Amino acid sequence: MGSNRATSRRLNRPLKKGRMNGGKDHKAFEQRLKAAEQAAQGPKREAASSNAGSARQAVELAMRLGVEMVAAMVIAVTIGWGLDKLFHTAPWLMIVMVPVGLAAGLRNLLRAASK
Amino acid sequence: MAASIDALGQFGLTGGFGGAGTAVGFTNSNEAMLAAAAVITVTFAIGLKARALVPGRTQALVEILYEFVRNMCVDTIGEEGLKFFPLVFTIFAFILLGNLIGLFPYFFAFTSHIAVTLTLALFVFVFSTGVGFYTHGLKFLKFFVPEGVPSWLLPLLVPIEIVSYLSRPVSLSVRLFANMTAGHVMWEVFAGFMLLLTASFGIFGAFASIVPLGLNVALAALELLVAGLQAYVFAILTCLYLHDAVHMH
Repeated sequence: MGSNRATSRRLNRPLKKGRMNGGKDHKAFEQRLKAAEQAAQGPKREAASSNAGSARQAVELAMRLGVEMVAAMVIAVTIGWGLDKLFHTAPWLMIVMVPVGLAAGLRNLLRAASK
Repeated sequence: MAASIDALGQFGLTGGFGGAGTAVGFTNSNEAMLAAAAVITVTFAIGLKARALVPGRTQALVEILYEFVRNMCVDTIGEEGLKFFPLVFTIFAFILLGNLIGLFPYFFAFTSHIAVTLTLALFVFVFSTGVGFYTHGLKFLKFFVPEGVPSWLLPLLVPIEIVSYLSRPVSLSVRLFANMTAGHVMWEVFAGFMLLLTASFGIFGAFASIVPLGLNVALAALELLVAGLQAYVFAILTCLYLHDAVHMH
């Protein structure tokens, strides 16, 4: 949205210069118009769009975070359980993998939240 | 009037094409997949037929969808993202259409089966890992070694990174599957309340069942949002994983 406005302003510039030759009124009028446009549009529209963007990001994040944590734990415990079966050391490797899974889940959370 | 709520019966697989597919294991789930692929193909064929400078409705829809995914690829992966655009778009469109088709009565939501979503997620996982090794060779293993960490911590941190990496397909598939399943179960449960109310309280119950009906209408709107959002989340996470594979950080 912001880039659109920037390009339209850029396109308007030569037109404005052409009109300045027409008289002093035009210059004052253009200035007032520009000020009025900025006052009416600029901040309001930017706030709205950024609000919508952050809301979408928040929903997207909320959908992700819960599962990220559980998934890491599931994978860690499954690996521990499988290694226990392999080496006949039940239940020790599974217990060792629980804190690893917890840490990996937190790592997932941090990574998801930082992006 | 033995009304009981069978909320999970809707996910049962039956033979596709009126039972004709039973012999080859072609189910109603596969039917829905074919339908999703057909809808997206036909929409694009119709939308791109005109190739007008000022697009009509179908062409505008197709172009919006195309540009949305294209921007997602470029923004998330970077300039190299265009190479992966066909893959990301296919995944996004397939899941989106699968979610949306599943919302209609008498249609089957194939994304509500973990077998389907896990297959998709494992494909993305294996593909992005392959891209990582293809791009960086064995240096890709450094992805599991965090930078700027004292070496005595590495035996602790490398397993954590590996578990975190391996948990990707699980979180990717469970998220989609759980959201779709939960939505459809809630629909069925509230619809079952209407039958239960009518069976237990007669005419008064029939009037009271307007409450679960209203809830189901509200849920329909929510499910529409979830269907789109989950397809988007799946696609953007695919992009994120490809970004990690290409850029290694």
